[in-house]
Amino acid sequence: MPWRFDAFEAYKFCAAVPSVHRRTIASVPRYFHTLVASRTTHLGTLTPLRLVTSAHRCPIASVPRCFNTLSASSLLNITFMNTSGSEEEFCNERTSLMTTESPPLSSYHVETGISSLEDTQTKARCPITNESNNREARHEGVSVERDSTADSEDEEMSLKYGAKHVIMLFVPVTLCMIVVIATIKSVSFYTEKGGQLIYTPFTEDTTSVGQRLLNSVLNTLIMISVIVVMTIFLVVLYKYRCYKFIHGWLILSSLMLLFWFSFMYLGEVFKTYNVAMDYPTLALVIWNFGAVGMVCIHWKGPLQLQQAYLIMISALMALVFIKYLPEWSAWVILGAISVYDLIAVLCPKGPLRMLVETAQERNEPIFPALIYSSAMIWMVGMTEHSAVQQPSHQETNSDEEVGQSHHDNTEDNRNMVVPETEVHGAQSRTTSAVELEEERGIKLGLGDFIFYSVLVGKASATASGDWNTTLACFVAILIGLCLTLLLLAIFKKALPALPISITFGLVFYFSTDNLVRPFMDNLAAHQFYI
Amino acid sequence: MTTSVFFGCTFIAFGPAISLFLFTIARDPLRVIFLIAGAFFWLVSLLLSSLVWFIAVQISNKENASVQKGLLIFGVVLSVLLQETFRFSYYKLLKRANEGLMALSQEDAMPISIRQLAYVSGLGFGFMSGAFSVVNILADSLGPGTVGIHGDSQHYFVSSAFMTMAIILLHMFWGVVFFDACEKKRWWAVVIVVLSHLLVSCLSFLNPQYEGSLIPAYVVMCVMGMWAFSSAGGSFRNLKLCLTCRDKDFLLANHRPR
Repeated sequence: MPWRFDAFEAYKFCAAVPSVHRRTIASVPRYFHTLVASRTTHLGTLTPLRLVTSAHRCPIASVPRCFNTLSASSLLNITFMNTSGSEEEFCNERTSLMTTESPPLSSYHVETGISSLEDTQTKARCPITNESNNREARHEGVSVERDSTADSEDEEMSLKYGAKHVIMLFVPVTLCMIVVIATIKSVSFYTEKGGQLIYTPFTEDTTSVGQRLLNSVLNTLIMISVIVVMTIFLVVLYKYRCYKFIHGWLILSSLMLLFWFSFMYLGEVFKTYNVAMDYPTLALVIWNFGAVGMVCIHWKGPLQLQQAYLIMISALMALVFIKYLPEWSAWVILGAISVYDLIAVLCPKGPLRMLVETAQERNEPIFPALIYSSAMIWMVGMTEHSAVQQPSHQETNSDEEVGQSHHDNTEDNRNMVVPETEVHGAQSRTTSAVELEEERGIKLGLGDFIFYSVLVGKASATASGDWNTTLACFVAILIGLCLTLLLLAIFKKALPALPISITFGLVFYFSTDNLVRPFMDNLAAHQFYI
Repeated sequence: MTTSVFFGCTFIAFGPAISLFLFTIARDPLRVIFLIAGAFFWLVSLLLSSLVWFIAVQISNKENASVQKGLLIFGVVLSVLLQETFRFSYYKLLKRANEGLMALSQEDAMPISIRQLAYVSGLGFGFMSGAFSVVNILADSLGPGTVGIHGDSQHYFVSSAFMTMAIILLHMFWGVVFFDACEKKRWWAVVIVVLSHLLVSCLSFLNPQYEGSLIPAYVVMCVMGMWAFSSAGGSFRNLKLCLTCRDKDFLLANHRPR
C-alpha cells in the first residue's frame, strides 16, 4: 500500500513539475528517479520528506568527461563517453544520519537541483532548506533521547548501507559487462577488424614489435589529448554558463547512440542469428526504442527503465570501442585514461576538479543525463502512520503544484510544506519509534561503465585463456570498484573510479592470460584439481 | 557434444553452489561483498602459484615429459598450500577489519559474524576454484567434438562436473572449519584441513581412474561437511528440529521483517 502511494506521489510530482518548477530538463529526471525509487523502501513508508538524489557533494567530475565524448561524437560521428566516475557521490549512512543534527545547507541546494539559471529560485531555496532544517530539527528534538541508541546503530547501519550502495553499483556494472561479453561471444561483427577511429590513426599492422608499440603509444597520446582538449572546452563552457549549448550537445550525442548505434547493433544481431526483418518493423522498433530512451534519459521516466537505458548505451559504446580500437592501443589507452582520470580529479588544477568546484560554488548539480544513479529513499518506522499522513498528502495533492510536499523546491511549496511538517512533527512526537532515515543514492559516471566493459570485452575477445581471463578481469574490476567505494566512504569527496579497477583489471588480464592460462590448461588436460 | 551435456554439467557443477548463493547470500549485500573478496583472494593465490610454476617451467627442460609432469605436481601442491595460506590471511584481514569496525561502533554485535564470514569466504573460494576448473570445459562442451577420441576417458565432462561440485562444497566446509579452528586456536584442525585439501588434490592425480579420485573426494566431502556442521553449532538434535519444522529460532528467523 505505501508502495502504491509512493508511486502515486511520484506521478503527481511528474505532472506538477512542468507547470511549476522550471528546472533544467536534465535535472528533472533525477527527482523522478529518487521519487520513484522510493518504491523500493523496504519498510512500508510514506513519501520521502526530501528529495534526495545525491550526497552533499555534486556528482560532477564524471560528467564533463562525457561532454568530451559527446562533443567528439557530434562532430565526428563517434561518441566517446569518457565520463569517469569521479562523481561518486556517496553519502554513507553516517553522514546522512548526521544531517539530522546539523543539516548541511548545501546538500539541500544540490538535492533540490534547481539550475542556477533560475536565480530567483535560489532565494526560494533558503527558506525551504530552513523548512527542511526545521523539520530535521524537530525530528532531532524528538529523538534526542534516542541519540545514544542512534549513534550506536550508526556504524552498523553505515556499514550495511555502505554495502548496499556497493551492491547497487555492482549489479549494473555486472549487467553491462554481461551484455558486452554476450555480444562479443555471439556476434562476430564486433571482433572483426573494421578500420580504426580517426583518433587512432596509426595502424598496428606493422612488421616489428617496436613499431607496433610506438604506434600504439602515439595513438594513445592522440586520444588522450583529444579528451583533454574536450574536457577543457567543457569546463570553459560551463564556466561561462553556456548551458544550452551543453544540453544540445548531450541530446545530439544520445540521439546518435540511441538510434544509430542501436540500429547497427540490431542489424548485426539479426545477421548473426539469420533473422529476416523488414524495414518498416525495424523502423518502428528503433523509433520506439530511441524515443523512449531519449525521454527516459533526458526527461522523465521510471528509474529502472532509465538505468536500463544507461546500461544499454554504455554497452553499445563499449562495443564500438572494442571494435574500432586496435589491440595494443586499447590496452595502453585504458592505462593512460586511468592515469588521466587520477590527475584530472585529484590535482588542484585538474579540469574535472575545477568543474567540481565551480559547480559546488554555484550549488548546482551538473547535467545528470549521463550519470548512472541508483538513488533510494527510505523512511523507517512510519508504517503505522501512513494512513494518517495520507490525508495530509491528499490535501496538498489536491493543489497540483504541491504534488509532493517533500519537494521543497519552490516557494509555492513552502507554505504547503508547513502543515506536513507539523503533521510529521506531531507524529514523531507521539511515537518514539519514528526515525527518519534517508539514504542517498550513489552515482557512477557512464564512462566508468564503458571502460570497465571495454576491458572485460577485450579480455573475452582476444584472450586465449578465454573464460578464465574474463572471469579474472571481472572479479578484479568488482574488487577495484569496492575499494574505490571504500575510499569514497573514508574521504567523502569526488574520487576517480577508473584507476584502481582498471589497474587490477589490467594486471589480472595480463597475468591470467600469460601465467595462469598455461597452468590451468595443463591441469585440465591431466584432470588435476587444485 | 550437445547442449544437454552443457546444461547437465553446468547444473551438476554449480547447482548446489548457486542455490546456496541465491538462498543465503544474495539478499545480504555485505555477504556478497565478502564472497567476491574471497574469490579475489583465491585468484591472487592462483596467480602466485602459476607464477612460480611458470618460472620453474621456463628454466626447466621443456622436452622432458616426466619433468613437466613432476613440475605440474609440484605446482598443484604449491597451489594448495598457497590457497590455504591465503585463506588464513583472509581470516586475519577479516578479524582485523571486524575489530576495527567494532571499535568504531559502540555496540557489541558485529554486523556480520565470523561464522557467516567463514561460510561466505569458503563459498567464495569454492566459486572461483570451481569456475576456473570447469568453465572452459563447459564452453568446449557446447562446440563440436568427440570425447575421448584418442583413447581418453569417455566420461570427461561428467566427471569434471562432479569433481567441481565436490571441490566447491569442500572449499565451503574447509572455510567454516578453518575459521572456527583459528578462532579457537585449534591448530591441529587447521593442519587437518590443509592435509585433506592436499589429499583431495593429490587423489586427482589418479584421474582418469575416477573410482580412485571421485569416491574418496566425496567421502572426504561428507566427513568435512559433518565436521563443519558441528563446528558451526549444529547437532543431531538441531537437525531433527529443523527438518520437522519445530525449531522455533529458525522459524522466527525466517519470518523476521526484511
